[in-house]
Amino acid sequence: MTTQTSPQQSAPLPSRWERLRDSYLLYSFKRDPIAQLSLLVFIVFVACAVLAPWLAPMNPYDLAQIDIMASELPPFWIDGSDPAYRMGTDAQGRDLLSTILYGARVSLIIGFGAVALQALLGVVFGLLAGYLGGRIDAFLMRLADIQLSFSTLMVAIVVGALVKAIFGGATFSAYAVPLLVLIIGLAEWPQYARTVRASVLAEKGKEYVDAARTMGLPSRRIMFRHILPNTLSPIFVISTVQVANAIISEAALSFLGLGMPETHPSLGSLIKSGFDYIQSGSWWITLIPGAVLVVLVLVINLLGDWLRDVLNPRLYKG
Amino acid sequence: MSLLEVNNLDVRFALRRGDVKALRDVSFTLDRGERLGIVGESGAGKSVAAFSLLNLIAKPGYIAGGSIRFDGQELNGMSDRALRRIRGNRISMIFQDPMMTLNPVLSIGEQMIECLKAHRRIGRREARAIALRKLEQVHIPSPEARLDQYPHELSGGMRQRVIIAIALLLDPDIIIADEPTTALDVTIQAEIMDLLLELCEKHNVGLILITHDLGVVSQVTQRMLVMYAGRVIEQGPTREIINDPQHPYTQGLMNALPQMATPGSRLNQIPGSMPSLDNLPSGCAFHPRCGFVTRPDGSERSACRTRVPEFVASGNCRVACHMVAEMLDQERIPAEETPR
Amino acid sequence: MIAFLIKRLFHALLVMFVISIIAFSIQDNLGDPIQQMVGQSVPESEREALREELGLNDPFLVQYLRFAKNAAQLDFGYSYIFNEPTTEVVLRHLPATLELVAATTLLIVLLSVPIGVYSAIKPRALLSRFFMGVSIVGISIPVFLTAIVLIQLFAIGVTWTPFPADTGWGSWLNDLITTEGGMPAYGRGDPVHVFGTWYTNFASTDGLVYLVLPAISLASIMLPLFIRLIRAEMLEVLQSEYVKFARAKGISLRRIYFLHALKNTMLPVITVGGVQIGTLVAYTILTETVFQWPGMGLMFLNAINRSDIPLIVTYLMIVGLIFVITNTLVDLIYGLVNPTVKLTGKPA
Repeated sequence: MTTQTSPQQSAPLPSRWERLRDSYLLYSFKRDPIAQLSLLVFIVFVACAVLAPWLAPMNPYDLAQIDIMASELPPFWIDGSDPAYRMGTDAQGRDLLSTILYGARVSLIIGFGAVALQALLGVVFGLLAGYLGGRIDAFLMRLADIQLSFSTLMVAIVVGALVKAIFGGATFSAYAVPLLVLIIGLAEWPQYARTVRASVLAEKGKEYVDAARTMGLPSRRIMFRHILPNTLSPIFVISTVQVANAIISEAALSFLGLGMPETHPSLGSLIKSGFDYIQSGSWWITLIPGAVLVVLVLVINLLGDWLRDVLNPRLYKG
Repeated sequence: MSLLEVNNLDVRFALRRGDVKALRDVSFTLDRGERLGIVGESGAGKSVAAFSLLNLIAKPGYIAGGSIRFDGQELNGMSDRALRRIRGNRISMIFQDPMMTLNPVLSIGEQMIECLKAHRRIGRREARAIALRKLEQVHIPSPEARLDQYPHELSGGMRQRVIIAIALLLDPDIIIADEPTTALDVTIQAEIMDLLLELCEKHNVGLILITHDLGVVSQVTQRMLVMYAGRVIEQGPTREIINDPQHPYTQGLMNALPQMATPGSRLNQIPGSMPSLDNLPSGCAFHPRCGFVTRPDGSERSACRTRVPEFVASGNCRVACHMVAEMLDQERIPAEETPR
Repeated sequence: MIAFLIKRLFHALLVMFVISIIAFSIQDNLGDPIQQMVGQSVPESEREALREELGLNDPFLVQYLRFAKNAAQLDFGYSYIFNEPTTEVVLRHLPATLELVAATTLLIVLLSVPIGVYSAIKPRALLSRFFMGVSIVGISIPVFLTAIVLIQLFAIGVTWTPFPADTGWGSWLNDLITTEGGMPAYGRGDPVHVFGTWYTNFASTDGLVYLVLPAISLASIMLPLFIRLIRAEMLEVLQSEYVKFARAKGISLRRIYFLHALKNTMLPVITVGGVQIGTLVAYTILTETVFQWPGMGLMFLNAINRSDIPLIVTYLMIVGLIFVITNTLVDLIYGLVNPTVKLTGKPA
């Protein structure tokens, strides 16, 4: 009776690479200059941090290399600078460029490490709470709520203070990096747990879970192989923000004296030690590491914003 | 001179990849107190037509051309300020989902009184009295208490009654009802439609009823238009169209009603689906799904593929179909080639 | 309403209980009052006897109950540093922090609502994009860094000479972006005595000037957050059906924005605001450190650095109490504003 539009011939399924290439993610990225710039700057940061031992003019931890006579020299665009110390020196005569490179390295290591820990804890707890429900859910979420209401930064400060008091200043400084990863990781897992739990609860009601259960698949498999992949999208979005938060948290802790020591500084502790000299006019000791920190966190936040807009096109940007 | 005259209305959506035509060359009239139905599948443009009358289409939609004359005034191009005087006052709207239509944090009374105060200089007490009267007209029990309640405290049917009451607050000339019963329980649907019909008849209020439910249209409206892919394809007195649909699409719609199917056999469907607006077929938009492109003698009617059909008169109805035009032996005025 | 309050009271007690356990464990394991009370030369046997006498060798539960009983009477012992009851120390420092927080909250409320609403109504306007850009930079700058930058700009002063100084316009531009400094950035100045331990900065212009830089620093980190939040919520609300319906009724745009839309927008903002109180307290510690503002935060930091365990414990308990009270208040306010929530805590 009718001329039907003939159905499309079934084409071969595209490979993963082709799917990524044609995906909305890449399309949106190519059209967003801010995202591109942010990613570029971020990659540069990571590269500098990783290659710090080779890029830095001198090793700021090597006491033999430090010349106290060269202390408080300004950066190259101000009179009185020394070409050997392009960004100036701090109060002990350490080259600022070197300390910043190494400091960024420490900040990034702690940032990523802490997020890895939070993600692990948060995802596991979130999955358990969401999927198993009942008492476990109630307990975990109550704990998460209390921790969140105190704010993760506060929890980090308190835990940091306690850890330092328990281990003593010297041991704390020696193991500062892993301890900080632990502290920040423990403080921030609730954010992940809640997000994952919300996703799990949403997915749990969907038919494919019922289908899997009817097929007799065990809970663990359903959780990890079926539900988890569908909750990845929000995890990616908050991960970027959390890295930025972790870096700021570490900087805050170091600024309060509960973080990286001056002998092995992160950007935060550099800002702290430089602050004392701001009155004497040597603003660069604190503000240049500060600027570096801001740029790093800013590009991560911009990338996070872009990612969130891409993965969540609820609002028409008209 | 009709109360509402819409001529050649063109509505488009400005999307990134170019403009998409949501309404093409839509024309109809409404006399005072007349009830008109606009029927079609989802995406045919019925709601767009309704919203465009009051220029309430959400961006990126915009009215690209045409005229909307209401009581002698041209609405297209009117300033928002002037249009605001007409909205809710002389032309009211009723939306689909009563839960989403009422603001959850404001009381019913608040939402009714503000409408009155927006259009008339009256005090709160007087406004409250009017609101009460309208609530009584829509048969809401204990209306006095309702005014201080919040939307979530009412059932779906009651909410829609409140919305009808709000639509009637200022004694409008026309009510535009966009799928007013779709979101309601089946048992409530009939009540609400009866109420709407009763009020329109009693107060001589014009009604533009947008729906995909042919049964409702046949009971409530006097005239109807059938829309497909942004165009009107058949219009005329409701009774005539229902009893004797001319356009193949309208026939398909009638045949698809469950009561038209033979018991035990499959339901009659129109094969295929309505094309998306950015990918319209050439010529008559319905031709890929139409069974009458091929004549009984086997020859192809090429016009269906190449030219957009113009309206031809068939009795009291007007139909936009090449086959019907041929059958009526009308002179086919060359229509424009449809740009793809 | 009563049921709601009772439920919240129970919840509050539970949280306080957890905090007190943590606080007491800290005190039990880290604090050694004997050390502070007697000198180095006192032999171990005497110390041991003293411990027995003070009940420091009693089982955990007994000691905890003693702690709890004292806590209920706001007695947490003596501070090592100040050598006076910790409660008095805290009360002395509390007004400073409260005033700082009050000034900051005022700033945030007064600025975030208009800016957020404007950015949602006209999202593509130049001003909106400017605010959004500044906001994202704002949340990337840690609060202590903002404080340091503000100190450099307005307390110390900074001389910029990027433009040629020998030309008229050059030196004028240079002068424009050079700052004098001179704003106070250390301590509270001379607060005026009100009563008891309450000295206020709000009673004199001099006092207010001391508040400026710290309050701006503290606000700078929370303001962008609220602006972005209000903007995001408002944008979503403006797409809702009830806003469309209000337009179809012919309601004025002003009423739609500031009543229909704003009321719905503020609901999640209140919730988030409640959650942010904790963050605010943490940021207060950082801000007070930079400005040496003699509030609870600075006191806590000193206590940590000098291992003043009783003071630390007191701080934790008091802060815990403040959290619990403010969270309950926020829930109450939310319940009053949102008519779909009956105050039993369950949705209607």
